[in-house]
Amino acid sequence: MEINRRAWYIRGVRDGIPIALGYLAVSFTLGIAAGNMGMASFPAALMSLTNVTSAGEFAALGLISAGAAYMEVAGTQLIINLRYCLMSCALSQKLPRKMPFYHRLLMAYGITDEIFGIAIGSGKVVDPFYLYGAISVAVPGWTFGTWLGVASGNILPGRVLSALNVALYGMFIAVIVPPARKEKIVAGMIGASMAASFLFSHLPLIGGLSSGMRIILLTVVIAGAGAVLFPVHEEEEKEEEKEVQG
Amino acid sequence: MKGNLYVYILVMAVVTYFIRVLPLTLIRKPIKNRFIRSFLYYVPYVTLSVMTFPGILSATSSVYSGAAGLLAALILAFFGASLFKVAVGACGIVFLLELFLV
Repeated sequence: MEINRRAWYIRGVRDGIPIALGYLAVSFTLGIAAGNMGMASFPAALMSLTNVTSAGEFAALGLISAGAAYMEVAGTQLIINLRYCLMSCALSQKLPRKMPFYHRLLMAYGITDEIFGIAIGSGKVVDPFYLYGAISVAVPGWTFGTWLGVASGNILPGRVLSALNVALYGMFIAVIVPPARKEKIVAGMIGASMAASFLFSHLPLIGGLSSGMRIILLTVVIAGAGAVLFPVHEEEEKEEEKEVQG
Repeated sequence: MKGNLYVYILVMAVVTYFIRVLPLTLIRKPIKNRFIRSFLYYVPYVTLSVMTFPGILSATSSVYSGAAGLLAALILAFFGASLFKVAVGACGIVFLLELFLV
Protein backbone atom coordinates (compact mmCIF):
# COMPACT_ATOMS: atom_id res chain seq x y z
CA MET A 1 0.00 0.00 0.00
CA GLU A 2 2.73 2.46 0.99
CA ILE A 3 4.81 1.57 -2.04
CA ASN A 4 1.77 1.94 -4.23
CA ARG A 5 1.12 5.41 -2.89
CA ARG A 6 4.67 6.45 -3.52
CA ALA A 7 4.65 5.10 -7.04
CA TRP A 8 1.43 6.97 -7.82
CA TYR A 9 2.79 10.15 -6.28
CA ILE A 10 5.97 9.96 -8.35
CA ARG A 11 3.97 9.29 -11.49
CA GLY A 12 1.85 12.33 -10.70
CA VAL A 13 4.93 14.49 -10.26
CA ARG A 14 6.31 13.25 -13.57
CA ASP A 15 3.10 14.01 -15.46
CA GLY A 16 2.74 17.29 -13.57
CA ILE A 17 6.03 18.71 -14.86
CA PRO A 18 4.77 19.63 -18.34
CA ILE A 19 1.69 21.13 -16.67
CA ALA A 20 3.91 23.22 -14.41
CA LEU A 21 5.85 24.49 -17.43
CA GLY A 22 2.68 25.37 -19.29
CA TYR A 23 1.28 27.03 -16.16
CA LEU A 24 4.46 29.05 -15.76
CA ALA A 25 3.89 30.59 -19.17
CA VAL A 26 0.18 31.26 -18.69
CA SER A 27 0.45 32.54 -15.12
CA PHE A 28 3.35 34.74 -16.14
CA THR A 29 1.03 36.62 -18.51
CA LEU A 30 -1.59 36.64 -15.75
CA GLY A 31 0.99 38.22 -13.45
CA ILE A 32 1.82 40.88 -16.03
CA ALA A 33 -1.90 41.70 -16.31
CA ALA A 34 -2.21 41.84 -12.51
CA GLY A 35 0.79 44.15 -12.30
CA ASN A 36 -0.70 46.42 -14.96
CA MET A 37 -3.83 46.92 -12.87
CA GLY A 38 -1.76 47.82 -9.86
CA MET A 39 -1.84 44.56 -7.92
CA ALA A 40 1.27 43.78 -5.89
CA SER A 41 3.10 40.49 -6.32
CA PHE A 42 2.02 39.00 -2.96
CA PRO A 43 -1.77 39.26 -3.36
CA ALA A 44 -1.45 38.19 -7.00
CA ALA A 45 0.47 35.07 -5.99
CA LEU A 46 -2.02 34.44 -3.16
CA MET A 47 -4.89 34.67 -5.62
CA SER A 48 -3.24 32.06 -7.83
CA LEU A 49 -2.41 29.77 -4.91
CA THR A 50 -5.95 29.83 -3.56
CA ASN A 51 -7.87 29.75 -6.86
CA VAL A 52 -5.75 27.88 -9.41
CA THR A 53 -8.00 28.84 -12.31
CA SER A 54 -6.73 30.78 -15.31
CA ALA A 55 -9.93 32.04 -16.92
CA GLY A 56 -11.48 32.83 -13.54
CA GLU A 57 -8.49 34.84 -12.39
CA PHE A 58 -8.18 36.77 -15.64
CA ALA A 59 -11.86 37.69 -15.43
CA ALA A 60 -11.53 38.66 -11.77
CA LEU A 61 -8.70 41.08 -12.52
CA GLY A 62 -10.97 43.13 -14.74
CA LEU A 63 -13.82 43.05 -12.22
CA ILE A 64 -11.63 43.95 -9.25
CA SER A 65 -9.99 46.87 -11.01
CA ALA A 66 -13.46 48.11 -11.99
CA GLY A 67 -14.49 47.94 -8.32
CA ALA A 68 -17.20 45.32 -8.86
CA ALA A 69 -19.42 44.13 -6.00
CA TYR A 70 -18.32 40.97 -4.17
CA MET A 71 -21.48 39.20 -5.33
CA GLU A 72 -20.69 40.05 -8.91
CA VAL A 73 -17.23 38.53 -8.58
CA ALA A 74 -18.75 35.44 -6.94
CA GLY A 75 -21.30 35.05 -9.74
CA THR A 76 -18.70 35.41 -12.46
CA GLN A 77 -16.48 32.80 -10.84
CA LEU A 78 -19.45 30.48 -10.55
CA ILE A 79 -20.22 30.70 -14.26
CA ILE A 80 -16.66 30.62 -15.55
CA ASN A 81 -15.60 27.76 -13.28
CA LEU A 82 -18.77 25.69 -13.48
CA ARG A 83 -17.01 23.28 -15.83
CA TYR A 84 -15.04 22.03 -12.80
CA CYS A 85 -18.36 20.78 -11.46
CA LEU A 86 -18.79 18.52 -14.48
CA MET A 87 -15.20 17.38 -14.14
CA SER A 88 -15.68 16.57 -10.47
CA CYS A 89 -18.83 14.59 -11.30
CA ALA A 90 -16.89 12.55 -13.85
CA LEU A 91 -13.97 12.12 -11.47
CA SER A 92 -16.28 10.95 -8.66
CA GLN A 93 -16.95 7.81 -10.71
CA LYS A 94 -13.28 6.96 -11.10
CA LEU A 95 -12.11 7.07 -7.50
CA PRO A 96 -11.03 3.97 -5.58
CA ARG A 97 -13.92 2.24 -3.78
CA LYS A 98 -12.42 2.24 -0.32
CA MET A 99 -10.88 5.65 -0.10
CA PRO A 100 -11.01 7.71 3.11
CA PHE A 101 -13.37 10.67 2.83
CA TYR A 102 -10.78 13.39 3.48
CA HIS A 103 -9.08 12.63 0.17
CA ARG A 104 -12.15 14.03 -1.58
CA LEU A 105 -11.80 17.31 0.30
CA LEU A 106 -8.09 17.55 -0.46
CA MET A 107 -8.10 16.58 -4.12
CA ALA A 108 -10.96 18.98 -4.90
CA TYR A 109 -8.56 21.89 -4.39
CA GLY A 110 -6.45 20.91 -7.37
CA ILE A 111 -9.03 20.01 -10.01
CA THR A 112 -8.04 22.13 -12.98
CA ASP A 113 -8.58 21.47 -16.67
CA GLU A 114 -5.10 20.03 -17.02
CA ILE A 115 -4.91 18.00 -13.82
CA PHE A 116 -8.35 16.57 -14.53
CA GLY A 117 -7.12 15.74 -18.03
CA ILE A 118 -4.11 13.74 -16.91
CA ALA A 119 -6.11 12.13 -14.10
CA ILE A 120 -8.59 10.73 -16.63
CA GLY A 121 -5.64 9.55 -18.72
CA SER A 122 -3.93 7.88 -15.76
CA GLY A 123 -6.13 4.78 -15.71
CA LYS A 124 -9.58 3.39 -15.01
CA VAL A 125 -9.22 4.27 -11.34
CA VAL A 126 -7.70 7.57 -10.31
CA ASP A 127 -5.48 7.33 -7.24
CA PRO A 128 -5.54 10.40 -4.96
CA PHE A 129 -1.78 10.28 -4.65
CA TYR A 130 -1.41 10.62 -8.39
CA LEU A 131 -3.39 13.87 -8.11
CA TYR A 132 -1.30 15.04 -5.14
CA GLY A 133 1.89 14.42 -7.11
CA ALA A 134 0.65 16.47 -10.05
CA ILE A 135 -0.75 19.21 -7.80
CA SER A 136 2.51 19.48 -5.86
CA VAL A 137 4.43 20.59 -8.96
CA ALA A 138 1.68 22.27 -11.00
CA VAL A 139 0.37 24.64 -8.31
CA PRO A 140 3.82 26.00 -7.36
CA GLY A 141 4.43 26.59 -11.08
CA TRP A 142 1.14 28.47 -11.33
CA THR A 143 1.78 30.52 -8.19
CA PHE A 144 5.43 31.27 -8.87
CA GLY A 145 4.68 32.26 -12.47
CA THR A 146 2.07 34.76 -11.30
CA TRP A 147 4.46 36.24 -8.77
CA LEU A 148 7.22 36.45 -11.37
CA GLY A 149 4.91 38.13 -13.87
CA VAL A 150 4.15 40.95 -11.44
CA ALA A 151 7.68 41.22 -10.06
CA SER A 152 9.60 41.20 -13.31
CA GLY A 153 7.62 42.16 -16.41
CA ASN A 154 9.70 40.58 -19.18
CA ILE A 155 12.17 38.03 -17.92
CA LEU A 156 11.09 35.31 -20.38
CA PRO A 157 11.33 36.17 -24.08
CA GLY A 158 8.03 36.26 -25.97
CA ARG A 159 9.12 33.38 -28.19
CA VAL A 160 9.51 31.04 -25.26
CA LEU A 161 6.16 32.07 -23.76
CA SER A 162 4.43 31.56 -27.08
CA ALA A 163 5.87 28.06 -27.45
CA LEU A 164 5.11 27.08 -23.85
CA ASN A 165 1.49 28.09 -24.32
CA VAL A 166 0.80 24.99 -26.42
CA ALA A 167 2.12 22.65 -23.72
CA LEU A 168 -1.28 22.54 -22.03
CA TYR A 169 -3.11 21.83 -25.27
CA GLY A 170 -0.54 19.18 -26.12
CA MET A 171 -1.44 17.40 -22.91
CA PHE A 172 -5.17 17.51 -23.64
CA ILE A 173 -4.42 15.86 -26.97
CA ALA A 174 -2.18 13.26 -25.35
CA VAL A 175 -5.11 12.35 -23.09
CA ILE A 176 -7.89 12.14 -25.68
CA VAL A 177 -6.10 10.53 -28.64
CA PRO A 178 -5.18 7.07 -27.23
CA PRO A 179 -8.79 6.16 -26.25
CA ALA A 180 -9.97 7.56 -29.59
CA ARG A 181 -7.74 5.04 -31.36
CA LYS A 182 -9.43 2.19 -29.52
CA GLU A 183 -13.02 3.39 -29.69
CA LYS A 184 -14.53 4.83 -32.83
CA ILE A 185 -17.36 6.45 -30.89
CA VAL A 186 -14.92 8.41 -28.73
CA ALA A 187 -13.06 9.50 -31.87
CA GLY A 188 -16.34 10.66 -33.40
CA MET A 189 -17.29 12.55 -30.25
CA ILE A 190 -13.93 14.32 -30.27
CA GLY A 191 -14.33 15.32 -33.92
CA ALA A 192 -17.88 16.54 -33.36
CA SER A 193 -16.84 18.47 -30.25
CA MET A 194 -14.01 20.27 -32.00
CA ALA A 195 -16.18 21.11 -35.00
CA ALA A 196 -18.97 22.43 -32.79
CA SER A 197 -16.52 24.40 -30.69
CA PHE A 198 -15.07 25.97 -33.83
CA LEU A 199 -18.54 26.92 -35.05
CA PHE A 200 -19.54 28.30 -31.67
CA SER A 201 -16.54 30.58 -31.48
CA HIS A 202 -17.17 32.02 -34.95
CA LEU A 203 -20.94 32.21 -35.33
CA PRO A 204 -22.62 35.57 -34.73
CA LEU A 205 -24.40 35.93 -31.36
CA ILE A 206 -23.22 32.60 -29.92
CA GLY A 207 -19.64 33.69 -30.61
CA GLY A 208 -20.09 36.28 -27.88
CA LEU A 209 -20.49 33.62 -25.17
CA SER A 210 -17.70 33.47 -22.61
CA SER A 211 -15.38 30.53 -23.09
CA GLY A 212 -16.56 29.02 -19.80
CA MET A 213 -20.19 29.08 -20.92
CA ARG A 214 -19.26 27.65 -24.30
CA ILE A 215 -17.46 24.73 -22.68
CA ILE A 216 -20.38 23.92 -20.36
CA LEU A 217 -23.03 24.25 -23.04
CA LEU A 218 -21.21 22.11 -25.59
CA THR A 219 -20.22 19.50 -23.01
CA VAL A 220 -23.77 19.05 -21.76
CA VAL A 221 -25.28 18.93 -25.26
CA ILE A 222 -22.69 16.73 -26.95
CA ALA A 223 -22.00 14.33 -24.08
CA GLY A 224 -25.78 14.16 -23.51
CA ALA A 225 -26.40 13.33 -27.17
CA GLY A 226 -23.64 10.74 -27.02
CA ALA A 227 -25.19 9.13 -23.95
CA VAL A 228 -28.56 8.86 -25.72
CA LEU A 229 -27.22 7.63 -29.07
CA PHE A 230 -24.34 5.45 -27.86
CA PRO A 231 -24.94 4.38 -24.27
CA VAL A 232 -21.91 2.70 -22.75
CA HIS A 233 -22.30 -1.07 -23.00
CA GLU A 234 -22.79 -3.23 -19.96
CA GLU A 235 -19.87 -5.46 -21.00
CA GLU A 236 -17.52 -2.49 -21.04
CA GLU A 237 -18.64 -1.60 -17.56
CA LYS A 238 -18.08 -5.13 -16.37
CA GLU A 239 -14.65 -5.16 -17.96
CA GLU A 240 -13.97 -1.90 -16.21
CA GLU A 241 -14.93 -3.45 -12.88
CA LYS A 242 -12.67 -6.44 -13.50
CA GLU A 243 -9.77 -4.13 -14.12
CA VAL A 244 -10.62 -2.20 -10.99
CA GLN A 245 -10.43 -5.32 -8.90
CA GLY A 246 -7.44 -6.79 -10.69
CA MET B 1 -10.37 49.21 -6.53
CA LYS B 2 -13.24 49.83 -4.13
CA GLY B 3 -13.49 46.66 -2.06
CA ASN B 4 -10.77 44.97 -0.07
CA LEU B 5 -8.48 43.00 -2.34
CA TYR B 6 -8.16 40.12 0.12
CA VAL B 7 -11.92 39.83 0.48
CA TYR B 8 -12.18 39.56 -3.31
CA ILE B 9 -9.60 36.79 -3.31
CA LEU B 10 -11.35 34.97 -0.47
CA VAL B 11 -14.75 35.17 -2.21
CA MET B 12 -13.26 33.80 -5.44
CA ALA B 13 -11.44 30.99 -3.67
CA VAL B 14 -14.50 29.89 -1.70
CA VAL B 15 -16.80 29.85 -4.74
CA THR B 16 -14.27 27.97 -6.85
CA TYR B 17 -13.55 25.40 -4.14
CA PHE B 18 -17.24 24.70 -3.62
CA ILE B 19 -17.75 24.08 -7.33
CA ARG B 20 -14.96 21.52 -7.20
CA VAL B 21 -15.71 19.85 -3.90
CA LEU B 22 -19.51 19.49 -3.96
CA PRO B 23 -19.79 16.80 -6.66
CA LEU B 24 -16.88 14.88 -5.13
CA THR B 25 -18.45 14.80 -1.68
CA LEU B 26 -22.09 14.39 -2.75
CA ILE B 27 -21.56 11.63 -5.33
CA ARG B 28 -19.88 8.90 -3.33
CA LYS B 29 -21.35 5.80 -4.88
CA PRO B 30 -21.09 4.42 -8.39
CA ILE B 31 -24.00 5.81 -10.40
CA LYS B 32 -26.30 3.04 -11.67
CA ASN B 33 -28.31 5.02 -14.20
CA ARG B 34 -27.03 4.07 -17.63
CA PHE B 35 -27.68 7.46 -19.21
CA ILE B 36 -25.79 9.36 -16.50
CA ARG B 37 -22.97 6.80 -16.57
CA SER B 38 -22.63 7.20 -20.32
CA PHE B 39 -22.89 10.97 -20.05
CA LEU B 40 -20.10 11.16 -17.47
CA TYR B 41 -18.02 8.73 -19.50
CA TYR B 42 -18.10 11.12 -22.49
CA VAL B 43 -17.71 14.37 -20.50
CA PRO B 44 -13.90 14.37 -20.31
CA TYR B 45 -13.41 13.79 -24.02
CA VAL B 46 -15.92 16.44 -25.04
CA THR B 47 -14.66 19.02 -22.54
CA LEU B 48 -11.01 18.55 -23.41
CA SER B 49 -11.77 18.67 -27.16
CA VAL B 50 -13.79 21.84 -26.83
CA MET B 51 -11.03 23.47 -24.81
CA THR B 52 -8.31 22.43 -27.26
CA PHE B 53 -9.92 23.53 -30.48
CA PRO B 54 -9.92 26.22 -31.71
CA GLY B 55 -8.19 27.62 -28.59
CA ILE B 56 -4.79 26.24 -29.59
CA LEU B 57 -4.86 28.28 -32.81
CA SER B 58 -4.83 31.55 -30.90
CA ALA B 59 -2.50 30.45 -28.09
CA THR B 60 0.69 31.19 -30.01
CA SER B 61 2.00 34.22 -31.90
CA SER B 62 0.74 32.89 -35.23
CA VAL B 63 -2.22 30.75 -36.31
CA TYR B 64 0.15 28.62 -38.40
CA SER B 65 2.47 27.77 -35.56
CA GLY B 66 -0.57 26.92 -33.42
CA ALA B 67 -1.89 24.63 -36.15
CA ALA B 68 1.54 23.01 -36.50
CA GLY B 69 1.67 22.46 -32.75
CA LEU B 70 -1.76 20.83 -32.90
CA LEU B 71 -0.72 18.56 -35.75
CA ALA B 72 2.53 17.60 -34.05
CA ALA B 73 0.67 16.75 -30.84
CA LEU B 74 -1.93 14.66 -32.73
CA ILE B 75 0.76 12.67 -34.54
CA LEU B 76 2.88 12.12 -31.44
CA ALA B 77 -0.14 11.08 -29.37
CA PHE B 78 -1.37 8.79 -32.13
CA PHE B 79 1.91 6.90 -32.06
CA GLY B 80 1.66 6.53 -28.31
CA ALA B 81 4.12 9.17 -27.07
CA SER B 82 3.89 9.99 -23.36
CA LEU B 83 2.19 13.09 -22.00
CA PHE B 84 5.51 14.81 -21.53
CA LYS B 85 6.80 14.00 -25.01
CA VAL B 86 3.60 15.20 -26.67
CA ALA B 87 3.68 18.49 -24.73
CA VAL B 88 7.38 19.13 -25.34
CA GLY B 89 7.13 18.08 -29.00
CA ALA B 90 4.30 20.53 -29.63
CA CYS B 91 6.22 23.32 -27.88
CA GLY B 92 9.38 22.51 -29.86
CA ILE B 93 7.61 22.67 -33.23
CA VAL B 94 6.01 25.99 -32.33
CA PHE B 95 9.32 27.43 -31.18
CA LEU B 96 11.18 26.33 -34.32
CA LEU B 97 8.46 27.46 -36.69
CA GLU B 98 8.17 30.87 -35.06
CA LEU B 99 11.86 31.50 -35.66
CA PHE B 100 10.84 31.83 -39.30
CA LEU B 101 7.27 33.05 -39.02
CA VAL B 102 7.38 35.80 -36.44
